[in-house]
Amino acid sequence: MSARLTAREITLRYGDRVVSTRLSLDVPDGAFTAVVGPNACGKSTLLRAFVRLLRPDDGRVELDGREVGGYPSKALAKQLGFLPQDPVSPDDIKVRQLVARGRFPHQSLLTVWSAGEEDAVEEAMDAAGVSGLAGRPVRELSGGQRQRVWIAMVLAQRTPYLLLDEPTSFLDITHQYQLLALLARLRDQGRTVVAVLHDINQACRFADHLVAMRDGRVVAEGKPADIVDAALMKDVFDLPSVIVPDPVTGTPMVVPTLQGE
Amino acid sequence: MSAAGVRVAARVAVGLRAERRTVLVCSVLVALMLGLGLLGLCYGASWASPGKVLAVLAGSEHSVVIRDWRLPRVTAGLVFGAALGVSGAVFQNLTRNPLGSPDVIGLDAGAYTGALVALTVLSGTSAQLAGASVLGGLLVSAVVYLLSADRGFSGLRLVVIGIAVNAMVTALNSWIVLRAELEVAIAAVGWSAGSLNGVDWADLWVPFWVIGVLLALAAVRSRAMHQTLLGDALAVTTGVSLNRLRLLMVLVGVGCTATVTAVAGPIAFIALAAPQIGRRLAGAPGIPLLPAALAGAVLLQGADLIAQMLLAPVALPVGVVSTAIGGCYLIWLLTKEVGRA
Repeated sequence: MSARLTAREITLRYGDRVVSTRLSLDVPDGAFTAVVGPNACGKSTLLRAFVRLLRPDDGRVELDGREVGGYPSKALAKQLGFLPQDPVSPDDIKVRQLVARGRFPHQSLLTVWSAGEEDAVEEAMDAAGVSGLAGRPVRELSGGQRQRVWIAMVLAQRTPYLLLDEPTSFLDITHQYQLLALLARLRDQGRTVVAVLHDINQACRFADHLVAMRDGRVVAEGKPADIVDAALMKDVFDLPSVIVPDPVTGTPMVVPTLQGE
Repeated sequence: MSAAGVRVAARVAVGLRAERRTVLVCSVLVALMLGLGLLGLCYGASWASPGKVLAVLAGSEHSVVIRDWRLPRVTAGLVFGAALGVSGAVFQNLTRNPLGSPDVIGLDAGAYTGALVALTVLSGTSAQLAGASVLGGLLVSAVVYLLSADRGFSGLRLVVIGIAVNAMVTALNSWIVLRAELEVAIAAVGWSAGSLNGVDWADLWVPFWVIGVLLALAAVRSRAMHQTLLGDALAVTTGVSLNRLRLLMVLVGVGCTATVTAVAGPIAFIALAAPQIGRRLAGAPGIPLLPAALAGAVLLQGADLIAQMLLAPVALPVGVVSTAIGGCYLIWLLTKEVGRA
């Protein structure tokens, strides 16, 4: 398992609060990695460190052996695409305009209107299924549509890596599965996907590589079928459960044993 | 033309069509700007016909009044208006807040402090005025930025702190004027309203060059600036060097405001209102620079005409008119922003 993107013994801190200490993680190339864990366990913080939004106090985050902070801004932006949890769209922006913002790292003053640019935007909108919305103002869209537009924006960036912070939150269940299927398709096309996910069963179904975190540490990582058991669920989520095979995919499915009185 | 060339041309056409409204709005603003400029050249103690004005501009007739008195004033109105409009647009983009304009967050007042110091302590040459204004503006922006930069950058916090700093700097300005000798104080107060009365070419060449360079810088970085409206995280991960860009934007915004202040005094509210007018007319995402510049030119030139006409033959300082108009706008904006929060 090769990994171009790695974190080596990093210590992460928000203000005075230390989130992770000496954390290491390899992101397997070409795989769908899901990061799961309870609230405030440091999943988002880790993701932000990978895309150099947070500089580690100690240790190194590297892409191809070079520290991510050492890349020129646009060069790294051509490698790592990132979608934060609650992105803000400028007032009055239309879908096509927003998706085109993903092209920023590829553009110079002279190439803003070249044919390739327009093609990249169309292709990204196609892949995310928002071509029909191209002329609509983003603020008029439903939550599910808006999330797909943001995905399209990151796709327009045409990066080999997609890192997404809880891309399924605020979506209804159908849109959640559609989005995850889209991410799996992108993985099949050769991209490396890293997503922070809330739903452990969705993570088990769609991810090749599962990373379970708690208190800023990686508790376990590996293929979902290899690592997910009742003991892990107790460890990570403090949740008593039984694990059964998912009737559709055969992947592990966590069924909590807590019941109402 | 090659097939690829045709394709590129077609894409450009698509791009242009998408921004047709912006183009239309800008054309109308340019026409309005030229019309008001022409009116400014015609209007004065004696009315000159547009035909005569055009003849003078073309060089076939000679008129000292039009060429050396009215033309510099009108040019200053248009160029300074554009500079203030862009300065406002830059700061409103930076703070992501329609209230985040240099006149509201104290930069005009700071530039004025610099000029007052040049007038009262130094000998008050125009070079000193210019340098001291820019320095004053930068100093205030640094103070506002440092006070608001606690744990990351927040546009709203910057605006609120800027309003407080503005009040303090304004008080400082009054104190300096009170302490100054009578003659200097009168000159300083007359200047404090912001006026284009009596500007001539000798005052304008250097400021025009400075403004030209700053506007070119803003234009070159405008795409990166608009990228920041996606939020800090996405701006960085799509390749914007955020800190460097912010520094540049502050320099451009302060530079434009302070240069205008150095020549004409603090002309309030153009920077506040012009970018929003431009944005609403163009219906564009974020605050586009060109409509802001054009709206600024139209506003300042229009306000200067009103200032000259209102109590003719007495010419009011244009700042009085822009403050009167802008004050109403500010009240409306505040009620709207408070309602949104």
